[in-house]
Amino acid sequence: MKDRSEARNKAFLSPAAGAASLIRRFSDAARKYRVEWWILVVGLLIVATVAFMTLFPGLFTRFDPNDQNAGVQLGRPSIGHFLGTDNLGRDVGSRVVYGSRTILGVAFAASLLSALIGIPLGLISGFAGNWADKVLSLVMDSIYSFPGLILAIAFAAMLGPGVINITVAVAVVYVPTYFRLVRGQTLSIKQELYVEAARAIGARKSTILAKYVFPNVIATVVVVFSLNIADAIMTEAALSYIGLGLPAGIPDWGMDLSMGKKFLPSGVWWMITYPGLMIMLLALGFTMLGEGLSEILNPRLQEY
Amino acid sequence: MRRILNYLAGRLLLTVPMIFILLSLVFVVLRVMPGDPVSAMLGGHAPDTVIEKKKAELGLDKSLGAQYVDYLGQLLRGDLGKSMIFEEPVSASIFAKLPATLELTFFGLLVCLGLGVPLGVRAARKRRTGQDFGIRFYANIVYCIPVFWLGLMLQMIFGVFFNVFPIAGRTGSRVIVSDFDTTGLYVVDTLIHGDFAALGDVLFHLALPAITLGLTLSGVFVRLTRANMLDTLKADYVLASRARGIPERKVVYGHALKNALIPIVTMLGLQFSALLAGAILTETTFSWPGMGRLLLERIYLRDYPVIQGVIIVYALLVTLVSLVVDLAYAAIDPRVEL
Repeated sequence: MKDRSEARNKAFLSPAAGAASLIRRFSDAARKYRVEWWILVVGLLIVATVAFMTLFPGLFTRFDPNDQNAGVQLGRPSIGHFLGTDNLGRDVGSRVVYGSRTILGVAFAASLLSALIGIPLGLISGFAGNWADKVLSLVMDSIYSFPGLILAIAFAAMLGPGVINITVAVAVVYVPTYFRLVRGQTLSIKQELYVEAARAIGARKSTILAKYVFPNVIATVVVVFSLNIADAIMTEAALSYIGLGLPAGIPDWGMDLSMGKKFLPSGVWWMITYPGLMIMLLALGFTMLGEGLSEILNPRLQEY
Repeated sequence: MRRILNYLAGRLLLTVPMIFILLSLVFVVLRVMPGDPVSAMLGGHAPDTVIEKKKAELGLDKSLGAQYVDYLGQLLRGDLGKSMIFEEPVSASIFAKLPATLELTFFGLLVCLGLGVPLGVRAARKRRTGQDFGIRFYANIVYCIPVFWLGLMLQMIFGVFFNVFPIAGRTGSRVIVSDFDTTGLYVVDTLIHGDFAALGDVLFHLALPAITLGLTLSGVFVRLTRANMLDTLKADYVLASRARGIPERKVVYGHALKNALIPIVTMLGLQFSALLAGAILTETTFSWPGMGRLLLERIYLRDYPVIQGVIIVYALLVTLVSLVVDLAYAAIDPRVEL
């Protein structure tokens, strides 16, 4: 416990020293926790591959995702179209490749947005601890305990179709997650000796929050952020599967699934298999990344 | 008993602000949403005067604040209002769909626990072996499968390729629902009427949706059961029971699992809202006539009172379950005082 907090404090001395201590910590961890290390690496690989696909889709497919003349309609997977074609003759493979852009972008942006709202609110709420904290906690707890998807559905319907709109609708669901996490941490950190010391030397409240509380909260936030993206991926896919959130013309895995559903009774398996597989894989990648990080950053869980 | 009643009253009072907050949020979101029920109903071809008249009739011409006060007043009288599109009270359309959702959720939960808990126990007993890793792998994979995609794949495999299970609806064409429909929970209804042919058909239709819903959530319970069993299996009383020669099965399931059950029950309450969200997607995939589909249909029609009513019922369900979980908690663990 003691050398952990020492390492943590060292990490914030200077960027170079911080990076060095981080690398040392991870290479120590690699030796100590083989399985957890592999979980982290595999997760990272999956995420990196999909991110690469998002950045350079041209390397993975030669078809345009919206080109309706690319091939025969509802063509089975073949040499020409590895993953087949959909009801409009579009190449399923290219829609899978280009669809990664939508889901990854939306999930990442939504998680970031909810973190940017939830973290400051949680910090201030937990630190202040007055009536505003009580009200805010009640509101956040109410949203948290309610099925998030229903809230996202309501927001997506209100905002109408659009990439930014669906991002906001997904983000709404996760603000309470960050709020509750950060508030809880802030409450316990507030009691620490070094915060009391800072107060004693007359540090301003904003300084204490920014320099003493926030850096200690951020380690847990990283883990949750990764797990949160995995969850946001599922929520985005669910919204567009229902038919809310995205305009036609943007390739998206969830939307392709709902289209493929119509042709399922006639045995068209390729339209639904690949987009869904990709959703699962991407969510799995971020989950593994988060789990690996948490087991290495949080050795208390190591026992299991 | 008195203490339990006091506790119940306190908890129920606490749900009031929660429902109020959610309702206010949804109320504002709905009213800000582009489109309104009148335009959705009349199709946009009606002259403005007709639209204005209809809006006035429904009270939509009043200010947002006035509409809100009206609605809250109505709620306090225990009235969910009337649909703005169809001539029916909101409570009637919700109660027509609620049993379908409850049945799906209940059987989904059954599948979820039936798979998750035994697998978790097994993984804990075979810690750090191939079986353990296999089960943990299953738990992680299953957690990342989108519930609607799993539904589609099961439909494709068992409904289309092997053609053994139906892929849509609650009953087949050979069953006449009005013969047994009393509570709306078809499994219960057919049992009451002793109509076993119909019961078979109902269960047949329930199979894929329930498995879809249960499977995706079982991963959480595998992990939780495993983690808690690892703790309890190390406890002294387990060692003592083994030393006394009590059969291993009884030690594991009777002693260790019973003590590991408390966090599992807590998790059940927390996962219930995930179950409801999953149920909405399962209903969409399997054309299951439940509350989730009602909600989606009415969102497209901008039928405000029904949407608000459905949200209230969902919120009530969540709080009700967390209440039951708290009570179960006290029943399982004699150390817990309410």
